[in-house]
Amino acid sequence: MHELPQQLVNGLLLGSMYGLIAIGYTMVYGIVQLINFAHGEIFMVGGFGALTVWLWLPGGTTMWVAIPLMIIGAVIVSTTVAVGAERFAYRPLRGAPRLAPLITAIGLSLALQQAVWAWYPNAKSSRTFPEIPGDSIHIGSVTIQPGDLFLVVAAPICMFALGWFVMKTRVGRGMQATAQDPDTAKLMGVNTDRVIVVAFALGAAFAGIAAVAYGFRYGEVNFRMGFLWGLKAFTAAVLGGIGNIYGAMIGGLVLGIAEAMATAYMNDIPGMDKLGGQSWADVWAFVLLIVVLLVRPQGLLGERVADRA
Amino acid sequence: MRQRSLIAITAALTAGALTLTACGSRDDSKDKDDAGGGGTTVVIGVDAPLTGDLSALGLGIRNSVDLAVKQANKKKYVDGITFKMESADDQGQPSSGQTNATKFVANKDILGAVGPLNSSVGESMQKVFDDAKLVQVSPANTNPAMTQGPDWNGGKKTRPYKAYFRTATTDAIQGPFAAQYLYNKAKKKKVFVIDDKKTYGAGLAATFKDEFTKLGGKVAGTEHVNPDTKDFGAVATKIRNSDADVVYYGGEYPAAGPLSKQMKKAGAKIPLVGGDGIYSADYIKLSGKDGKGDYATSVGQPVEQLPSAKEFIANYKEAGYKEAYEAYGGYSYDSAWAIIEAVKKVVEDNDGKLPSDARAKIVDAMQDVSFDGVTGKVSFDEYGDATNKQLTVYQVKDTADPAKGWKPVESGTFTG
Repeated sequence: MHELPQQLVNGLLLGSMYGLIAIGYTMVYGIVQLINFAHGEIFMVGGFGALTVWLWLPGGTTMWVAIPLMIIGAVIVSTTVAVGAERFAYRPLRGAPRLAPLITAIGLSLALQQAVWAWYPNAKSSRTFPEIPGDSIHIGSVTIQPGDLFLVVAAPICMFALGWFVMKTRVGRGMQATAQDPDTAKLMGVNTDRVIVVAFALGAAFAGIAAVAYGFRYGEVNFRMGFLWGLKAFTAAVLGGIGNIYGAMIGGLVLGIAEAMATAYMNDIPGMDKLGGQSWADVWAFVLLIVVLLVRPQGLLGERVADRA
Repeated sequence: MRQRSLIAITAALTAGALTLTACGSRDDSKDKDDAGGGGTTVVIGVDAPLTGDLSALGLGIRNSVDLAVKQANKKKYVDGITFKMESADDQGQPSSGQTNATKFVANKDILGAVGPLNSSVGESMQKVFDDAKLVQVSPANTNPAMTQGPDWNGGKKTRPYKAYFRTATTDAIQGPFAAQYLYNKAKKKKVFVIDDKKTYGAGLAATFKDEFTKLGGKVAGTEHVNPDTKDFGAVATKIRNSDADVVYYGGEYPAAGPLSKQMKKAGAKIPLVGGDGIYSADYIKLSGKDGKGDYATSVGQPVEQLPSAKEFIANYKEAGYKEAYEAYGGYSYDSAWAIIEAVKKVVEDNDGKLPSDARAKIVDAMQDVSFDGVTGKVSFDEYGDATNKQLTVYQVKDTADPAKGWKPVESGTFTG
């Protein structure tokens, strides 16, 4: 059990990345009841946006200058793609049956993947991402790697900023109103079109930041990374209660910790030696999802049942 | 209503039948023309991952086959035959590989196929090619069961597919070779074994583990990973907290690179060792500075050190391919050349013309092919395996220039 603290930290780090991406799913769902399956790809293009900025910067740029610029690059690319997708792919289908935008989302996801594959230089295999220099930090038996520091700092800041935005600002309250009842919100003078665009943009911005964190943690970005991570983040959003932004974060953390625990300890349970390890972590994550949904169909923090979509 | 749909179906069937016969007759006439004019085209199919994670290796394979084809045409190696290459992308997926194999079989001009890279893809293609008696030569499949049957380890070797050959050596040799090097030369006694559960990775890890424990080494832990997620944090922690002094990874570089980086960053400063699947410049790109000191075994002697390979390297450079030939370039060239040799033999035995059952004849001829290739003497034993059983251990010495980072440490022939 001496590795428990480290495994908890591993799980928390993984989970905060799931959470950051999950916010995009949950906000869009909360407002327009659309499961935006292209969100994983919006995360992916953010990673390539950050990489592009890094490649443009002159050789000797220090990380302290590069990181903010890379975040800006990632966020700009992600939000541009997301807002463009909303404007040209989803808005024309606003009144259409639920399945139409869903299928559009899947098509968009494939299109974005192939676009990066085809047009980004050398993106047909993994592109290496810059490293944050420095030594690992040791706190007791826990090691935090320099590449993770970005995530350790960025994830809580993002969460608090989002909470403040939704609760305290005019646009944020407009979002809450639109989520509760779009028609009435419109009658009360809320510009729902703008609220929807903001929801897409905010979700994409967090996905962009998550993509920068991904690059620093794993040292590479690739055109396929959006699929698996998008799927996991969607799971996190459902686990926490889709439509609830705190639920997305909690769901992400629970999922991340569950995966780390399954990898670390499932093998040690007698009779389970064949069903443990990292390759089974996904299975246990989904078992957890099923169990939670059986007991609490609305998700951990969900306020309402995901009845539509 | 019913009658009308019946008419429609009949019309469609007739149209279809007409098209088919039309195709057939066109093919026939072309064959005759070619035989008369002495300008027959023989196509060699290439199946490899040309996109996706493993494309660095796959593109090296395609380019090398292309080079072999161009050389054969330039030298007019087989009288009256012009060779052509046709490539298909399997993305490392068994299902795509099978589709491509079916496509190759349907194309009458294709008389041999080179590929694939992955053993799991190869398994899905073997039967398709074997049923069509279309010869397949893989430059990279290393799973022993593919040529020696599922019970190869129990001493009962049977060859499942007569049309399947390979220029690569098998994991039955590669895993134990790595184990002997690590235990005897590098003095590593405790190993943490990881694999990606794919045909190649799991097979390689198993043969390594058997030999390592037989020599007296201890297994400090085992783990299976999903190569698609790049998060190995939890696994890295397990490695750090075990008392292993080396990690063996059965799998390929897209996962092995990040794994090496993450486990060393987590505090496990021990080398990662893998098979030919991690012997790529991309491995060093992905593992970065942390990759220094890691080992890989690969089949054959280093291409750069073989006198027979000088010409290949020079020609490859001259042809101006964008991508490097990577680990399997020499083997792919030799695979394609083996097909060309077999075609030559069949054509010469038939008075300079392609016989009507060319595919079957080429499979038979392949068994006796023997020539001096890029990687040494190329010939096949009774299972379709390469008779050349040389292996080399490489180590990452320099991470500044990934293309030159792998340096050969020791070459040898595995002996039981």
